[in-house]
Amino acid sequence: MTSEFAVEMRDVVKRFITPEGNDLDAVDHVTMQIRNGEFFSMLGSSGCGKTTSLRMVAGFEWPTEGEVYIEGKAMGHIPPFQRKVNTVFQSYALFQHLTVYQNVAFGLEMEHTAEDEIKQRVGRALEMVQLTGMDRRKPKQLSGGQQQRVALARALVKTPDVLLLDEPLGALDLKLRKEMQLELKALQKQLGITFIYVTHDQEEALAMSDRIAVMSNGRVQQIGTPVEVYERPVNKFVADFIGESNFLVGSLKSISGNEAQVFVHSLNAELVGVPISEELVNGDEVIVCIRPEKIRIVEEDVPNQNTFRGKVANTVYIGADTHVFVDVYGIKLKVWEQNFISRLNSKPLYAVGQEVRLMLVPENTLVLKKDFSHVSASSRK
Amino acid sequence: MFQRLRENKSARGTLLALPTTVWLFVLLIVPLILTLIVSFGRRSPDGSVIYTFTLHNYIRLFGYSTDCPAGQASCFEPLYLNIMWRSLMLAFNTTLCVVTLAYPLAYFIARAHPKKRSLYLFMVLIPLWTNFVIRVYAWMMLLRKEGAINAIIGWLMHLLHIPFTPFEMLYTPGAVLVGMVYEFLPFMILPIYTSLEKIDNSLYEAAADLGANSVKTFLRVTLPLSMPGMVAGTILVFIPVMGTFIVSDILGGRQVILVGNLIQRQFLDARDPTFGSAVSLILMVMTLIVTYFYTRKFGFGEEIVSA
Repeated sequence: MTSEFAVEMRDVVKRFITPEGNDLDAVDHVTMQIRNGEFFSMLGSSGCGKTTSLRMVAGFEWPTEGEVYIEGKAMGHIPPFQRKVNTVFQSYALFQHLTVYQNVAFGLEMEHTAEDEIKQRVGRALEMVQLTGMDRRKPKQLSGGQQQRVALARALVKTPDVLLLDEPLGALDLKLRKEMQLELKALQKQLGITFIYVTHDQEEALAMSDRIAVMSNGRVQQIGTPVEVYERPVNKFVADFIGESNFLVGSLKSISGNEAQVFVHSLNAELVGVPISEELVNGDEVIVCIRPEKIRIVEEDVPNQNTFRGKVANTVYIGADTHVFVDVYGIKLKVWEQNFISRLNSKPLYAVGQEVRLMLVPENTLVLKKDFSHVSASSRK
Repeated sequence: MFQRLRENKSARGTLLALPTTVWLFVLLIVPLILTLIVSFGRRSPDGSVIYTFTLHNYIRLFGYSTDCPAGQASCFEPLYLNIMWRSLMLAFNTTLCVVTLAYPLAYFIARAHPKKRSLYLFMVLIPLWTNFVIRVYAWMMLLRKEGAINAIIGWLMHLLHIPFTPFEMLYTPGAVLVGMVYEFLPFMILPIYTSLEKIDNSLYEAAADLGANSVKTFLRVTLPLSMPGMVAGTILVFIPVMGTFIVSDILGGRQVILVGNLIQRQFLDARDPTFGSAVSLILMVMTLIVTYFYTRKFGFGEEIVSA
């Protein structure tokens, strides 16, 4: 390990030509630095460029512009079989004509590893993914979860510097997926290998990653720890994509230090004591973002805590929480109340039409610059 | 009765299989039995069959001859054995050439852009729109002494100032091989294409990812996964080549006589259906033996992955 970064993408563009003959930048000036030993996720919906980015690291695609570095070395047009990274494919891509053992041994045979060593390392890899004793089976004779483990063992047995995982858990059912998430995370810690993990599942990314790159339209919207991207999204897209948010349009008034008052047009009211970032100035149009679980339903007004009156429009019971939709001056706010008391009576926590007070605690309120729809500046920092 | 049919699945299956079964019985099993009976008979001087039980035709086929020089009553004459051996070798060689030519083409088509694949497949099939015999005659036009190939070579040689006399390519074993390869090529391309096309692109990527260069990827992944297609194609080519007589008749003339020609002549020219029947049955047995050992090793071209 010679470089600080396991993988680095510098201003990478991948341009495809659509069937209609137009240029499409699947990856649009992406820069990211992935540290050694890090569990790094690329998160975004389909078509956001995450898989294409991963494929450029693997060597299946070459950048149109920019450069990919692995261990500080520019990759240029180096083919996949000469890169010290290995991939776990979304579809597993197991060799159906080979046994589990032969699948895992494949990569080592390509390196002309001695037979004894292959045997030993394959054995260890299968043990690691809890498939000992399955070595004579064909992939078709295994369950989805087991096939996934074979794919993992096949990549890990090569002891790559970086393991690339392309939605590896996508085909598994929810319970198994959660189990595998924990296992993968534990495995990554134990081996100390850099993982680059592509997923569209935000919970998965939050649960496993050291850092997450949130992507959309081929661009990186934000790179940060799970806490950072959830609690301090840099723009509306990230705030909307990760978790849920209430968005209110407003403008800044009387800034003092790091706090400001925001006049919210739709509520015709001011939010006071809201923390803001430095780049914002008086009069800026902003979007106020507040997470549904951070809005509290309170008994009476609390001074300086931005309390509003509203009417319950609807409630949805979803087990752990109840989602309460509150109508405040014609604006519907989502409020999540945790069901911390077990109750069986059919009466909902809040009746439709009931008047409630909502508290939008200032420090839980996030102010975003309004016109963030085509942000990419943050990704180039 | 219909009520019962609706409820009884196996009865329904029998009913569905019935037409084909009757067809095969009347047109395959019965003729085969008749052929067997005839093959044990004897030819009467006027060319009709005397029904008796003699192994004479089989003994003759395997080299026993009464038409011997220098006053011998009987001797060994491997004429028919040679014909059978030649047919077998030609079938092997044809299959080998066809695989060698078909594989790269099938690979090319399978890896082509999906939109272009159907066009290429269509082009492979176009020759089949023309009658088999006409296509063989077309080769005659090409291979003749005055044919197109000689003309082109002659013209090139003339340009290069090298003396050249047209040579006869027709009526040689080579001409028959070329004709056979040409006729049966599509029957190899299609099954190989089908099995190559089924290989997911991610498998090639996985192989590259694990350190295999393109040669190793081909040998370790592509080739084994396309084996079912090659096996199916081999069966589709080898068996008809063993029996066909048109190609060798037209392109081989009297020079290249194969089992198929031998059988044809027994029935038409020599008017000895008993010997013709014996040769037919031996041809069938030969083909079955080769196919048996072949399929025992490679299967019938079904998915090897399920094994």
